[in-house]
Amino acid sequence: MINPYYMQLIILVGINTIMAASLNLILGYTGQLSIGHAAFMSLGAYSSALVTLHFGFPFIISLLCGALFSAIFGVIIGIPTLKLKGDYLAIATLGFGEIVRIVCLNLDITGGAMGLRGIPKKTTLLWVVLAVLVTVFILNRIIKSRIGRALIAIREDETAADSMGINSTYYKILCFGVGAFFAGLGGGLFAHYMRFLHPKTFDFMKSIEHLCMVVLGGLGNMWGAFIGASILTVVPELLRSVADLRLLIYGAVLVLMMRLRPQGILGPQTDIAPAIEKIRLKFKSIWHRLARGKT
Amino acid sequence: MFIQQLMNGLVLGSTYALIALGYTMVYGIIELINFAHGEIYMFGAFAGLILVTVLKVPFFLAFFLAMALASLLGITVEYLAYRPLRRSTRLAALISAIGASIFLQNLALWRMGAQPYTFPSPFEPKVYQTAFFTISRVEIIILLFSFLLMIGLSLFIQKTKIGKAMRATAQDKDTASLMGININKIITITFAIGSALGAAAGVMVGIYFRTVTPSMGLMPGLKGFVAAVLGGIGNIPGAMMGGILLGITEVMGAAYISSQYRDAVAFALLIMVLLLKPTGLLGRPTQEKV
Repeated sequence: MINPYYMQLIILVGINTIMAASLNLILGYTGQLSIGHAAFMSLGAYSSALVTLHFGFPFIISLLCGALFSAIFGVIIGIPTLKLKGDYLAIATLGFGEIVRIVCLNLDITGGAMGLRGIPKKTTLLWVVLAVLVTVFILNRIIKSRIGRALIAIREDETAADSMGINSTYYKILCFGVGAFFAGLGGGLFAHYMRFLHPKTFDFMKSIEHLCMVVLGGLGNMWGAFIGASILTVVPELLRSVADLRLLIYGAVLVLMMRLRPQGILGPQTDIAPAIEKIRLKFKSIWHRLARGKT
Repeated sequence: MFIQQLMNGLVLGSTYALIALGYTMVYGIIELINFAHGEIYMFGAFAGLILVTVLKVPFFLAFFLAMALASLLGITVEYLAYRPLRRSTRLAALISAIGASIFLQNLALWRMGAQPYTFPSPFEPKVYQTAFFTISRVEIIILLFSFLLMIGLSLFIQKTKIGKAMRATAQDKDTASLMGININKIITITFAIGSALGAAAGVMVGIYFRTVTPSMGLMPGLKGFVAAVLGGIGNIPGAMMGGILLGITEVMGAAYISSQYRDAVAFALLIMVLLLKPTGLLGRPTQEKV
């Protein structure tokens, strides 16, 4: 049996991977700067938790309900805001995220400032692993398809993509909806793992955390989302011994990281296979050198 | 009642306007959302507090010293966190700015602790009664100072040589540099002025609400940014207008809709304005070419 503390870390890494991967679709592949991703997570978390609490649906159905609810909101929000570009889009999504948080804080059904309690614990390691695999598989299929190529074209140059006959508004809204769907899924898993939801969990800093995971891992790189999520989940835990300085170091690391390797740990669009191959060759050459040294 | 709320909104809005100016000036020149600006505002409030309570500096001197210290901090942040990233992607610079913001906020949390500090009232609390509204001495000082600072900034940008260089840099960095303008110097000056204005807002909010905490920069920082975008980011009169509009809307929303949704009103206003006019109230639409 795995130590519960490590178990929690692994589960959080999994949930954060889903969050980062779904944001990666929006930010890394389509190039739309969204800094309200935690809002979709909270929509999925609250709605799936409420469905479980009030209707007692099986876990998979409440997860899907949460994800769908979040996706619907993603589309509703996407239709007007995706006309905006760059930083204006960023601030609109930020505003949306703050509105969701404040509404959750003041509604009765979400428990308001008291938070939502008594959610049954249903998320297990198996569920998380399955969800991560499904998310990454579907997102990968989307990216490798016609839709994915359209999204990448929009990222590279929206005007050019438009003039090549790509309906950029449609694809952007689609990508927002899909991203919100998986963010909602992550939220549902989170809700049924933590068993307690509070609007403060899904504040602006949470969105920023997701953003940092994507950028740190490497934009437009699904392995990057996993690596970024793992690092930004595990490193703050390792820093627990220096509790007071934890976030101080975190901030400094972000600045340094951008200075030393702004493209993220894995660059954009690099597959992990060549990276592994490179490491293997390196080891091989070291091995050879050692072997030669011996003889 | 209505006019009273309007006055309250104006006071709050003028502090937002000062914060928004810092955002918009930096954005106008290097197209970066300076996320650490909210923390510089917080730093300004703490600097003012420490100068007044520990070092017993008279309030007005402390006010200007806090502005000077904050501009030093702004320059340092620019030098360490933004300058090395001048040539990299905008997203990298944005993350770096977020990192700087987290760093500064937690530095304050570490040094000062999480408990709120009380800002001593620098003046005799006195309230003036007019036919339509009441206004306190602190509110008058805030209005007066922010408007003086804004007029000063406008004159500086429009009339001085450095101001002209700043405008040229905002229009086109490369051409400005060919005309013999030292871009790095201009960016440093921009950060210094923006940070000083942010610190001025911090000290004024400190004497207005009487509390100073390490996390006080987050919300006003976001709202200052919202105000800058409302007016059209990069546009200096726009930031002033956006700040005041945001302050008034927020106070009106709290008074007539619901005080719990106070912050939501501000963000809803932002989204509505952006939907109607995607580049902000005074922003000019940009032509894009492939």
